[in-house]
Amino acid sequence: MEPLVLDFVPVWTLILGIGVCFYVILDGFDLGVGILFGFQPDTASRNLVMNSIAPIWDGNETWLVLGGLALLAAFPLAFAIIIPAVYFPILVMLLALIFRGVSFEFRYRDAEHKTFWDHGFSWGSTVATFAQGMVLGAFIQGFQVDGRHFAGSSWDFITPFSIVTGIALVFGYGLLGAGWLVLKTEGELQARARRHGRWCFLGVFAAIVVVSVWTPLMNTGIASRWFSWPNMLLLAPVPVLTALLGWLEWRSLNNNSEVAPFAAAIGLFLISYLGIAISLWPMIVPHVYTLWDAASAPSTQAFLAVGTLFLLPVILMYTGWSYWVFRGKVKADIGYH
Amino acid sequence: MELDPLLLSRLQFVWVIGWHILLPAFTVGLASYIAVLEGMHFFTGQEIYFRISGFWIRIFSVAFGMGVVSGIVMPFHFGTNWSRYSDATANVLSPLFAYEGLTAFFLEAAFLGVLLFGRNLVPRWAHFVAALMVAFGTLLSSFWILSANSWMQTPVGYELINGRFYPKDWFAIVFNPSFPYRLGHTVVGFYVTTAFVVVGVAAWLVRRGRSVAEGSRMLSMTFWLLTFLVPLQILLGDEHGLNTLEHQPTKLAAIEAHWDTGRRVPLVLFAIPDELNEANRYTVEVPLLGSVILTHDPNGEIRGLKEWPRDQRPPVAIPFFAFRIMVGIGLLMLAMVAASWWLRWKGGLFDTAWYLQACQWVAPLGFVAVLAGWTTTEVGRQPWTVYGLLRTADSVSPSLTGSDVLISLVGYMIAYLVIFPAGLTIMARFVRKGVEVAESEPEEIESGRPGGPVRALPGSAQRHGKAG
Repeated sequence: MEPLVLDFVPVWTLILGIGVCFYVILDGFDLGVGILFGFQPDTASRNLVMNSIAPIWDGNETWLVLGGLALLAAFPLAFAIIIPAVYFPILVMLLALIFRGVSFEFRYRDAEHKTFWDHGFSWGSTVATFAQGMVLGAFIQGFQVDGRHFAGSSWDFITPFSIVTGIALVFGYGLLGAGWLVLKTEGELQARARRHGRWCFLGVFAAIVVVSVWTPLMNTGIASRWFSWPNMLLLAPVPVLTALLGWLEWRSLNNNSEVAPFAAAIGLFLISYLGIAISLWPMIVPHVYTLWDAASAPSTQAFLAVGTLFLLPVILMYTGWSYWVFRGKVKADIGYH
Repeated sequence: MELDPLLLSRLQFVWVIGWHILLPAFTVGLASYIAVLEGMHFFTGQEIYFRISGFWIRIFSVAFGMGVVSGIVMPFHFGTNWSRYSDATANVLSPLFAYEGLTAFFLEAAFLGVLLFGRNLVPRWAHFVAALMVAFGTLLSSFWILSANSWMQTPVGYELINGRFYPKDWFAIVFNPSFPYRLGHTVVGFYVTTAFVVVGVAAWLVRRGRSVAEGSRMLSMTFWLLTFLVPLQILLGDEHGLNTLEHQPTKLAAIEAHWDTGRRVPLVLFAIPDELNEANRYTVEVPLLGSVILTHDPNGEIRGLKEWPRDQRPPVAIPFFAFRIMVGIGLLMLAMVAASWWLRWKGGLFDTAWYLQACQWVAPLGFVAVLAGWTTTEVGRQPWTVYGLLRTADSVSPSLTGSDVLISLVGYMIAYLVIFPAGLTIMARFVRKGVEVAESEPEEIESGRPGGPVRALPGSAQRHGKAG
């Protein structure tokens, strides 16, 4: 009596993939701007840096909610296993995001405690990023599963690998943030963003190399996916493209291009993301459950897909419009007049 | 002592949602009020509405920001602490949560920017539309989240296979039996809560002789609104009660502290429920009135708690007292509204000192009533997360230890005890500045959101011909 022949799992894989991608790039650059905020030497620069993301950050963070809810809706088994397994990094991320989020409003409404909220903003951004990186590392390593539950301890997430991915993401978001600041600022501030960007790039490059070597060493399945024949040939464009994007990023951080540092940083994120997806496909709870195992009922996926496929383009239009409204360089006189 | 992850997870959920619910209780109402003010300004052209709106938009921006960050915490809690609940109910409930995000959160995020600093950037009608969209977003958000909550109270339209729920009828799921009543009662409750805050702030402004014209207008408008909303809320509450009697008899029995099934039951005004001995102490009751109010029939039957085994009963004292606090506040509010009619008729609504003072005292009580009502309905649902079907004890994440949850609970306590007082202080500061300072306010902005869109967007002044 099941008339539903359409398999919505690929649709939801794509929606979730795109949602996470949007989150990582959009909140990635504004968390990165928050990380670099702490390295600005004076109040005037800090104000400008914050103003460059003030009108758009809450829209960016909404993608995090969407990502979490899409995972719950489309792959509830994965949600029920992964989220408790990363209990503490999620806790730390949420607390950090709270402090960072209210700092936008509180920083200039609460002048007596401005330094406190400044720290809340830069440390909140850094700690939230590090926690997300640890979630990523723990996810790639996989979890101890018993039936439909996470069976390990809430402290399993701390491993050398997850600490490395945590640090890697701080550099990664820092690079995106630097790219954004190069795009949105001028003069001394822009030059500083290029300098920060170069440091972050070195960190990102090292992280990509380390993670690319470490991941196949950790898991024979991943190793054979990349290094068996003919996969090796078919997947060769991934490392080649990564190297090319890295070269482009470094070059553009050292010359006058304004758009290229941000664009290449996004490219590096997309290619790294693709690399992880290739390593793990088709598992959503790594090594244990596939996307199809973890999928919600077909009727659930269908009911939500109908609305989502209509609403997502509308949401992208809103988002695009709000970025358009605030286009151009942030000027010194925009915030305090 | 062994730390219990279940109990601590429940405490943590109470802590994070208890603080969070205060913000929608305020922003849902305030968003609609701002939309009304923007509309009045747009259609009548009177500047006073413009000034009042600007005043409340500043306060709204702080409350909304806090609502966003404390709200992001909520969906993750389903995973971190309630993973078995998530696994069991996701097929049915997750689309409702997801539709809240898709329809409401993005709508609010997109139009909030225009509402907060788009006044000079977009045409006047577009600013009004932005205010309408933000208000509409908050109502959509209430719609979906209360639909999900109501399904947990009165589950229908599902099939239970191996302990997991599968959807059978989406219309029945979304519009489950308690949903229309809960939606009406909650949203009107949020409106009334906000209205009493507006009344309290306006009374303060009038008493201090600051922004008297604006304060008086706020008082007048808001008491007209309350004239309809408070009686409506009492009516909705009564209907909601009938619905609870029909679908959640254990909750109703706990609210009324009825132990024995019977007809012509009295209304217990006060008692100390004694769960161990299944009886009440120090009871003050009115004969017959229980059946009359609860069933609208003196011979109506009320089922007592003893009909259910002990392990299927909710705690009694908590819903019993929480319900009485909520109703007591409702009656007090009704008295305030009745007094406003009298004073308005006598022409003394704006200069009766004791009354304005009383308005200030009543201002925060709506929040107490919201928390009490929420406590009544959520504790009354126990010991279940999905009424009668999924136990709270079977909903918690199995991997958590007591100390894990203790650490996170302390973390949330510290964070919220910093954030909420800070936010309240900032909002109070806006109130103290009064309505008039609106125009000069951007001068104090050092950073954060751009002070004004004209300055934020080079060239916009020329494009829209609305410089400065």
